[in-house]
Amino acid sequence: MTARLSWLAPWLAFALILIAAPRVFPSPTALTMMSLMGVMIIFALSYNMLLGQTGLLSFGHAVYYGLGGFVAIHTMNAVIHNKLGLSIPVIPLVGGLAGLVFGVLFGLISTRRAGLVFSMISLGIGELVSSSSFILRTFFGGEEGITTNRSKLAPFLGHKFGPQLEVYYLIGVWCFVCVVAMYALTRTPFGRMCNAVRENPERVEFVGYSPRMVRLIAFCFAAFFAGIAGGLAAISFEIMNAQQLGAQQSSLVLLMAYIGGVGSFAGPIVGAVIITYLQIMLSDVTSAWQLYFGLMFIAVVMFAPEGVVGWTMLHLRALRGGVAWRLAPAYAAVGPALVATGAGAIMIIELANRQLAEARSEGSAMRLFGFDVDASTLPPWIVAVALFAAGTILVLRLWPRVGDAWGAVNARLHFRGEG
Amino acid sequence: MLQLITFSTLNGVLYGMLLFMMASGLTLIFSMMGVLNFAHASFYMLGAYFGFEISRRIGFWPGFVLAPLLVGVIGALVERYGLRHLHRRGQVSELLFTFGLAFVIEELVQMIWGKLPVDYRVPPQLDFVAFRLFDTTYPAYRVFMLLIAIAMFAALLTVLTRTRVGLIIQAALTHPDMVAMLGHDVPKIFMLVFGAGAALAGLAGVIAGPALVTQPDMASLLGPILFVVIVVGGLGSLTGAFFASLLIGLVQTFAVAMNFSFAEVLGPVAPPFLGDLWKVTIAELAPVVPYLLLVLVLIFRPTGLMGRRES
Repeated sequence: MTARLSWLAPWLAFALILIAAPRVFPSPTALTMMSLMGVMIIFALSYNMLLGQTGLLSFGHAVYYGLGGFVAIHTMNAVIHNKLGLSIPVIPLVGGLAGLVFGVLFGLISTRRAGLVFSMISLGIGELVSSSSFILRTFFGGEEGITTNRSKLAPFLGHKFGPQLEVYYLIGVWCFVCVVAMYALTRTPFGRMCNAVRENPERVEFVGYSPRMVRLIAFCFAAFFAGIAGGLAAISFEIMNAQQLGAQQSSLVLLMAYIGGVGSFAGPIVGAVIITYLQIMLSDVTSAWQLYFGLMFIAVVMFAPEGVVGWTMLHLRALRGGVAWRLAPAYAAVGPALVATGAGAIMIIELANRQLAEARSEGSAMRLFGFDVDASTLPPWIVAVALFAAGTILVLRLWPRVGDAWGAVNARLHFRGEG
Repeated sequence: MLQLITFSTLNGVLYGMLLFMMASGLTLIFSMMGVLNFAHASFYMLGAYFGFEISRRIGFWPGFVLAPLLVGVIGALVERYGLRHLHRRGQVSELLFTFGLAFVIEELVQMIWGKLPVDYRVPPQLDFVAFRLFDTTYPAYRVFMLLIAIAMFAALLTVLTRTRVGLIIQAALTHPDMVAMLGHDVPKIFMLVFGAGAALAGLAGVIAGPALVTQPDMASLLGPILFVVIVVGGLGSLTGAFFASLLIGLVQTFAVAMNFSFAEVLGPVAPPFLGDLWKVTIAELAPVVPYLLLVLVLIFRPTGLMGRRES
């Protein structure tokens, strides 16, 4: 009995978190942020249907998110204008269907080829749509975008979705449903075919499937869910503009999925939460936050391609096997060196940012890690560069130990038949 | 009309040659190493900014020589310490790395030189009118740009087809293992080609900087167009990249020059839902043109103009 129901546990936990989150963090800022997180979870998971499941690296996924959002917002305005009986909770579905329509249209062109050609085409289509948005002004609203007022739609069971809390719960419900649906999809034969197309399209053809068809269907599903996310964003922010479908938004979703980890289903969820949090919090702390995003992304690509979730899973496996202690000495040695490198890098970036970008308007004096320093004087720079250099040299020296420790751990796990 | 055609052709060829300066490096790097370098346009931007910084301190001509060299060194370092480690993990990792790099370079440029365009000027020696045709003047600097681009094209062609280095590069394109077997250091060749490609993009940046605008989003504006060029030309084909560069250069320049709208040509009644499209001039449509071209080429000729490979 317990074994049969244990698969329910993570879903119950997920639902509980979604329900309890606004009671733990009731402030308006937190509510807005959590609403955005819910939207981004759907968006990032839809992206991973392409990148993680089917092996298609897209640089233009925001097109379907944005177009879904625009169609949703126009639908809302039409409903208000004509006093139609449509209420808010079905609007995301309208966004999803719009995403699906454009997904079929552009998917037919772009899924003919996989690999790098697909990436280039997705980039081209992304640019095509975002540069058209400055021409088709009636639809995209030019620079200002299109606005709406969600509380003017017909109430749903007495709720008018005026307060952000109600919107949060709407997003929560949609988020839960979409996550379950996308997870279920990975368990179907179609989901398995997607993985097969990712691994070896030639063999898929031999089995009698068309890799192109599988890619196209996956693309349409991804566009559909991205459209739902866009529709929810339109409801939550009551505005849509051309930025939402541009290259920046497409890059952001790639960052989320990749930093979270494209190899596991939960990766993009974690990535969406982390990146959304950092995006809002980090931009308050430093004006160079986008640079940190870029560096973080490069670090993940180079050193931890399995992403945050994949990395954690590796360690959990070692922990469950009872051999995690073998990693401890190597980690204890390399940890402080890594911290020194990171701290040095942050200091260099912050000092440079202050001296180069902000000194003229705000002066060169600043607070750094709790110390008052002046970015125009030499001492803080010396400390920063010394920390970074010493840390880097130590990390390079000590890194082989981590590799050896992992070798020992994997050998042990393999020996026990768990590898 | 004749005036418009003449000048648009000149400018179109110039823009096309500039595009080819970058697309050639991108194509060489791609066909040799299988790396699609997302940061290629960022090297172009770095070239423009280095050129600006050096010309502000020493003068235009030292910048003209030094900036591409500097960019080339940066490119070689990126290959040696970044890409080389990712090579065995495959094309997607490499593409993602260069994607992150482009992001970081844009942020760094914004941090160092600010978000506004910088005042990168045409050197006084070249700041005069080259010729006058149908009452319109043509600046000497543009003629200089065209000459540099043509000289570069000739040099590239000579190096690739007439020298020993070019022979080895061509061999490494198709048979890297065999070239390594013959005692050549293939990773070093990769590094040099990557550096040279970056330097070419840097050179394009140095000469284009004063004529176009030197600003932090110049890379993200140009990058996608470069990819359109190499996909339309056929991935990995240098000749294809050449013709696609000229094609896109000409088409876009002619589009910019056409100052009328569909409404003026086809009548004021727009088909339903296309009201906006009917009112805008062709010039306003120019930014969309390369991408429309990409879509059309992909529908009718999925391998690109001169591409042979399926993937």
